[in-house]
Amino acid sequence: MEISVRALWTRIHGMGFGGLYLLACSGAIVELWRRYSPSAQAEPRPGDERFFRVYLLVMTLLAWFAVLSGAYVVYPWYRALPPAGTTNLASYPQQLLMSSAATIGWHSLGMEWKERVAWLAPISITMAAVVFFQYGRDLRKHPQLRDVVLGFVCVSLVAAGVAGFFGAEIDGHAPVKGGGMIHLMTEAQR
Amino acid sequence: MSDPSSTVRTNGAGAAAVLAAGVGSLALGVLAVAGDLVPKFGRAMIFYKPTGLLSGVTTTAIMMWLAAWALLHARWRGRDVEMRGVGIAAFVLLCVAVLLTFPPVEHFF
Repeated sequence: MEISVRALWTRIHGMGFGGLYLLACSGAIVELWRRYSPSAQAEPRPGDERFFRVYLLVMTLLAWFAVLSGAYVVYPWYRALPPAGTTNLASYPQQLLMSSAATIGWHSLGMEWKERVAWLAPISITMAAVVFFQYGRDLRKHPQLRDVVLGFVCVSLVAAGVAGFFGAEIDGHAPVKGGGMIHLMTEAQR
Repeated sequence: MSDPSSTVRTNGAGAAAVLAAGVGSLALGVLAVAGDLVPKFGRAMIFYKPTGLLSGVTTTAIMMWLAAWALLHARWRGRDVEMRGVGIAAFVLLCVAVLLTFPPVEHFF
């Protein structure tokens, strides 16, 4: 059982940072919607507020790690150019996708959209976290501010969803390969 | 003595954060489209060759976002601003940014 270094980084980027961010998004939306609504019946307890601060901070870190690892670790491997005369494009995902009319859309639409729209997530969630750090439970007294923060978090969920969907599909059609193998388990250990 | 819980914090700092996020998002969309449509600008946006145009577009957009945030924060902190207008403006900027990042939209320019 083994995995290539590049495949491992792709999983860390997509399933680790990106996937966890997507999962966390729904929790943040529900929390902002229910507890920080002006009509919420119970005022958030200090412990809940502290928890939500940490929650948003972790989400912010996940979003930044996701886009930075995507742009500066995985993406250069994805867009690497093959040497002249290369016929086997398996190690050059972008070129592999662009070599067939059946798959070119995964690059020209999928990757081109994913690589940009994903950056709206860290911008939005950083803003949401800072606003929550500043206002905390006082957000209930600023319903319009809370509504627009909620809107940004919802758009960040959509942006991360688009990035996650295309990332998974692109990896399915043209996975990033190479960079040495990590042996997880040998036949003798099994 | 007034009850601290009854005082309402001004909305200026929050409004600054929200509008700056909209500005930063729009900057990302505009720079991405400009980088694709104007070759000379696109080349200037390559800050890190392995990542290509994306490196300059995102770095510049983030710098513009943070600059807008700092400016707006300095101007609005401690004040109350008309939050409805700011919120709508910020959300419209964000939605336009989402559209601009969608590759087929580039064909309209």
